[in-house]
Amino acid sequence: MQTPGALDISRRDLLVASAATVTVAGAGSLAHAKTNTSAAPAGTKVSFTVNGERRELELDNRTTLLDALREHLHLTGTKKGCDHGQCGACTVLVDGRRVNACLTLAVMHDGDEITTIEGLGQPDNLHPMQAAFVKHDGFQCGFCTPGQICSSVAMLDEIKANIPSHVTADLTAPSEITPAEIRERMSGNICRCGAYSNIVEAITEVAGRKA
Amino acid sequence: MRAFSYQRASSIEEAAKAAVGTEGAKFIAGGTNLLDLMKLEIETPTHLIDVNGLGLDRVEPTPEGGLRIGALVRNTDLAADERIRRDYALLSRALLAGASAQLRNRATTAGNLLQRTRCPYFYDTNQPCNKRQPGSGCAALAGFSRQLAVVGVSDACIASHPSDMAVAMRVLDAAVETVRADGTRRSIPIAELHRLPGDTPHIEHVLERSELITAVVLPKPLGGKQIYRKVRDRASYAFALVSIGAVVQPDGTGRVAIGGIAPKPWREEAVDNELANGAKAAAAKLLANARPTEQNAFKLTLVERTLSAVLAEARG
Repeated sequence: MQTPGALDISRRDLLVASAATVTVAGAGSLAHAKTNTSAAPAGTKVSFTVNGERRELELDNRTTLLDALREHLHLTGTKKGCDHGQCGACTVLVDGRRVNACLTLAVMHDGDEITTIEGLGQPDNLHPMQAAFVKHDGFQCGFCTPGQICSSVAMLDEIKANIPSHVTADLTAPSEITPAEIRERMSGNICRCGAYSNIVEAITEVAGRKA
Repeated sequence: MRAFSYQRASSIEEAAKAAVGTEGAKFIAGGTNLLDLMKLEIETPTHLIDVNGLGLDRVEPTPEGGLRIGALVRNTDLAADERIRRDYALLSRALLAGASAQLRNRATTAGNLLQRTRCPYFYDTNQPCNKRQPGSGCAALAGFSRQLAVVGVSDACIASHPSDMAVAMRVLDAAVETVRADGTRRSIPIAELHRLPGDTPHIEHVLERSELITAVVLPKPLGGKQIYRKVRDRASYAFALVSIGAVVQPDGTGRVAIGGIAPKPWREEAVDNELANGAKAAAAKLLANARPTEQNAFKLTLVERTLSAVLAEARG
């Protein structure tokens, strides 16, 4: 029978112990990879621009763009939802185009220009889309919101660039901004709170202001 | 995710050489499917060759009056290309019916053709799957098979090919251009690119290890009415239960390929000849050798009804 004292391990001790385990396991797997391949090591240097600022990182090749932004650059506005490209919470802009940051490796973006929600606007200087989401209550818990906003900003640019969608009736006519178009084009961003109707209203207002 | 080494290839030759010289190497382009599978350790490459810098990102006219689509042309750009929208509307429609805008912005033409099945048992590493682990069995046969294939299947595998784009490419009789490690090039008709599962469902296409797709070539435009009709559980961002790509000429002749029902984009030229006799006759011919499960037998009816809707739209 154990004495109560034997279980009296502080949370800090546990964290130290588990961190050591992770370090050993990580080093082991990197070494393993090196012995298996004749080419480059398991880490790579990458340099890209994030929200206008040049950033240089040396990353484990496995680091997704999402993890590079959140864990290495501490830009935690971009959210990790499903981590499998199904929810859209991690949507950021790469060279102006929206992508799922969870499904692309950071090292694949050497020289790219990345914009996150932090780059679109700040609390005292909101992007019009951020202001519209606030005005129209386009969120409840807010977890999907950074992705929704990055996605919708890029989406309006896609319409402007005359990129058609699944619901575009005439492929040879200019793209229009309608609720049906907005809903189809935003289908890669899931909102579990179901704020969709207000999101469409927010985007519609910004689109109208732009037009 | 397992650790891997990484290199950015700057020429086709460099990419091919790296692939042939490194056991376990894979090319990565958009990465939307490969990385997803690497996170689940279903794909475990030891070396990734980034081909995004190869410049295969243009759509150019061919001397035959068709178009050569670079392997790296993104799904968004291909769907939005003015020539595709005007002369190959079916392809534009199929692309726009697939995935989400974020994924289409990354996904490439070649990668789309080579994407893996979304069979739930292929994705669940706790379940047997002959495609993921040859010889382990097929959990789908007696499992949740609503999404899976009804034709071209085997006792070893009933996985369906998930691509919308490939269905349109099959209707259009596209050709896949490749380069091998020794520098030789070849052109593979889209009909011959994918293999049926048979006893080896883990071998999905005829490409050699280290063979790289450089382009997909469309023959000259077919004209006619071009339709892509996709039936799915959600109105957007879902894989097809059944999809039909069709080109129908004013005289009622045409060609169709079906998605969502087979391990590859499914087309039988003999069925094209049956189109004039209506959807019922054509679907009966198409599905003569179907082997559905209890859960996906509804697809037989759905194919006929979707084809009926497509032919009605073509007439209208």
